[in-house]
Amino acid sequence: MEPVIFEERKAQIQRKGAKGAEPFSISCNKNSLAGAVSQRACVFCGSRVVLYPIADALHLVHGPIGCAVYNWDIRGAMSSGPELHRLSFSTDLREKDVIFGGEKKLYQALLELIDLHKPNAAFVYSTCIVGIIGDDLKAVCKKVEAEKGIPVIPVQSEGFKGNKREGYLAACQAMFTLVGTGDTSAISPLSVNILGDFNLAGEIWIIQDYLRRMGVEVVANITGDGRVEEVRRAHGAALNLVQCSGATMDLAKMMQQKYGIPFKKVSYFGIEDMSDALYEVAKFFEDKDPEIMTRTRELVREELRDLYPKLQLLRKDLVGKKAAIYVGGAFKAFSLVKSFRHLGIDVVMVGSQTGTQEDYQELAEITDEGTIVVDDTNPLELSAFIKEKDVDIFVGGVKERPIAYKLGVGFCDHNHERKEALEGFLGMYNFAKEVHATVTSPVWNFTPRRRKSPIASPDVPACAATGRVS
Amino acid sequence: MTLLRHTPVEIKERKALSINPAKTCQPVGAMYAALGIHGCLPHSHGSQGCCAYHRSALTKHYKEPVSAATSSFTEGASVFGGQANLLQAINNIFTVYEPDVIAVHTTCLSETIGDDVPQITDKARQEGKIPEGKFVVSASTPSYVGSHVTGFANMVMGTLKGFSEKTGKKNGKVNIIPGFVEPSDMEELKRLATAMGVQTILFPDTSGVLNGPLTGEYKMFPDGGTTVPELRSTGDSIGTLALGEWASAEGAKYLDSTHKVPCKILDLPIGLKATDRFIDALRMITGRHVPDLIAHERGQLVDLISDMHQYFYHKKVALVGDPDQVIALTEFLTSIDMCPVHIVTGTPGKKFEARIKEITKDSPFPVNVKALGDMFLLHQWIKNDPVDLLIGNTYCKYIARDEDIPLIRHGFPIIDRVGHQYFPTVGYKGGLRLLEKILDALLTRIDRDAPEDCFELTY
Repeated sequence: MEPVIFEERKAQIQRKGAKGAEPFSISCNKNSLAGAVSQRACVFCGSRVVLYPIADALHLVHGPIGCAVYNWDIRGAMSSGPELHRLSFSTDLREKDVIFGGEKKLYQALLELIDLHKPNAAFVYSTCIVGIIGDDLKAVCKKVEAEKGIPVIPVQSEGFKGNKREGYLAACQAMFTLVGTGDTSAISPLSVNILGDFNLAGEIWIIQDYLRRMGVEVVANITGDGRVEEVRRAHGAALNLVQCSGATMDLAKMMQQKYGIPFKKVSYFGIEDMSDALYEVAKFFEDKDPEIMTRTRELVREELRDLYPKLQLLRKDLVGKKAAIYVGGAFKAFSLVKSFRHLGIDVVMVGSQTGTQEDYQELAEITDEGTIVVDDTNPLELSAFIKEKDVDIFVGGVKERPIAYKLGVGFCDHNHERKEALEGFLGMYNFAKEVHATVTSPVWNFTPRRRKSPIASPDVPACAATGRVS
Repeated sequence: MTLLRHTPVEIKERKALSINPAKTCQPVGAMYAALGIHGCLPHSHGSQGCCAYHRSALTKHYKEPVSAATSSFTEGASVFGGQANLLQAINNIFTVYEPDVIAVHTTCLSETIGDDVPQITDKARQEGKIPEGKFVVSASTPSYVGSHVTGFANMVMGTLKGFSEKTGKKNGKVNIIPGFVEPSDMEELKRLATAMGVQTILFPDTSGVLNGPLTGEYKMFPDGGTTVPELRSTGDSIGTLALGEWASAEGAKYLDSTHKVPCKILDLPIGLKATDRFIDALRMITGRHVPDLIAHERGQLVDLISDMHQYFYHKKVALVGDPDQVIALTEFLTSIDMCPVHIVTGTPGKKFEARIKEITKDSPFPVNVKALGDMFLLHQWIKNDPVDLLIGNTYCKYIARDEDIPLIRHGFPIIDRVGHQYFPTVGYKGGLRLLEKILDALLTRIDRDAPEDCFELTY
């Protein structure tokens, strides 16, 4: 396995409990090495995916066509109302725009689009090329805002400025210009904003339902099933719940600083993290509503009563299987490690694209000895780890899926292409079902790895194979 | 309430933007072409997002792993130039991934800051960063010019420029540049040529690269692809057939002008007439007879068209895709009495509009055609003049759902169905497959909509 690892990357891969690795330390948040087949994306991608679920806003990508196309409806972020976010708008910069500047085109495009679609706000995304040719995005946005009377917000997301993290920050800065501009008069004292949930497969609706049953009002969804008006009045909420530590933490911090709104880091994946999140909320509001903890306990009990027997049924086929995890943000990895424990599955490799030193430290603490912890990996490394650890299921994103399948290993998409809601207690069941479906699939019996077919095994000579088949 | 209720019926001229694009940018086409070289690692000279997007786009379309490297531009590289990044990348790639070839394509970023990739490649060679027997080829593919189709064409050209040699001794083979088509199509073209007894060098060849088997191994460089010796030998071939003017003509013309390999530019062999022309061209270059096998397949296609022709009659079709595909499809549909009425490509080119108008000049209906168009415009055209069938990539499903029109997926990308990897649409067999799809779509619709008393068993 050694040859596939770049010398420069060795510090970004650690094995828990390995000699010389104590205390646990990993190198991360580095720029990817030039020439590496990295699984990472860019600043623009980070901004675009965070803001995109705001469904009644216009999202205009100022750049060449590709930037808009590759992010067109990229996640299944659902909306209960308008779906303007599912269209793709691009200034489609051409050579002459690059030479003479694209400001006029941007101005014209904004006017045309605002007239055509009457959005409640417009986000204008900067791309690599805009950063180079020096279009003054802010000035154009300001001008259009004055003319059209809706917020027109520049998102400074030039791709080359870093990876998705910087994009998250740019998105938060853009949203923060909206916060504080709406009316907060009718908001309940028991109220929260949901930050860092993008309503994939309708997940935010599950969380909203729990909060409603606890008696807590949700002021703003940031950003799943999001609306401009909600973001504008988000400063009226009593508490910010922040999931997906990377994406919206910056916004929570800005709101804490300016409006004094406290935040709590939560995760809605898995039994423990979901329950903890609800209990945290209950504890926070306990002095305002002494009954809330009782209601929350009852809610969790009710959900678990339903979930537990169903999980046990699936678990019996899964005990002792081995999992590898490679996800975008590290928060998800924590929840996944815990969820796999419920299913009796050992996590033997865990990594992320954008984790921090603290994240990896924590991952090392909650995993078993020998678990590989990795930052910003590539297909060859992944393939080597999967084979070394004889993994049964790989959890990752779109680029990892076919690698797992080629090796004859099951796969679960826990990234933005998931089709099943994986949040909440219901999500835990869906997750368990997905894991069960892929781990126990009969297809793996046809693959060389399991060597159950006479002609799929390289060890069996051709004549012997035919003999056994007939 | 419909999904894309945001599309108004009234068409207003738009000057400054694209809504729901019918194209994407050059680098992804360049990456696809480079994957058709055996043992090649495509390399994106730009920031890392571009490379991740292109790999994701290709992976979603093929459901296969796609490897490519990136120069990982940072703010520093964007100010001071990407030379250091590319030199380091070349060194790293040959040291760790060990491909035979690195195919570098540029991006809007590296083009605008003025990086000269051939010059940087020379420097890498002088500094000994390119090992003996290994190669770096490149193409200029700024995202603000052309489309994914021209990016493909540029990488085909860049690769031929980098490899083709003329030894003076003819190899007796025919070069085929297949166009921006599926691996299954490339396989089919090779099969047809073999059936004719013609030896070919087909480039790019993504068959066996992007439709490979599950082997239990992850191979960064799968078994398929045009080999380096083959690519070198293209300068000694007896002729070149370029299929599809947009994707293939430039490379073929290069071989013609530089190595005096005569070229013929043909439409993509989709449908009866275009396949006839392809087979005829192979016959003319090599002097071979058309074998019974091919005549038999042709006969089957004509047979199916005759069996079902009443269902094709004057059915209106909206078509969107790449120019080479759309031109060939328009001719095929017209030849079976269907009527393409709204035709869009996202790729620029006035010639496209002229060609479509020529093919559809006898249409009983008015025909809308636009190059550098988008799906928003197509949707508006359909709202104003409804059609019986829509043919285009996966993004058409919004329109299909909104207008309740049957959709046949064709083109790039198809990210919600499979089949394109394995079953061709070129050649007579490909024509049969297209007709099967068209009939299935039209007849399923009749079955769905028929009132009980008119519900038919037999068609």
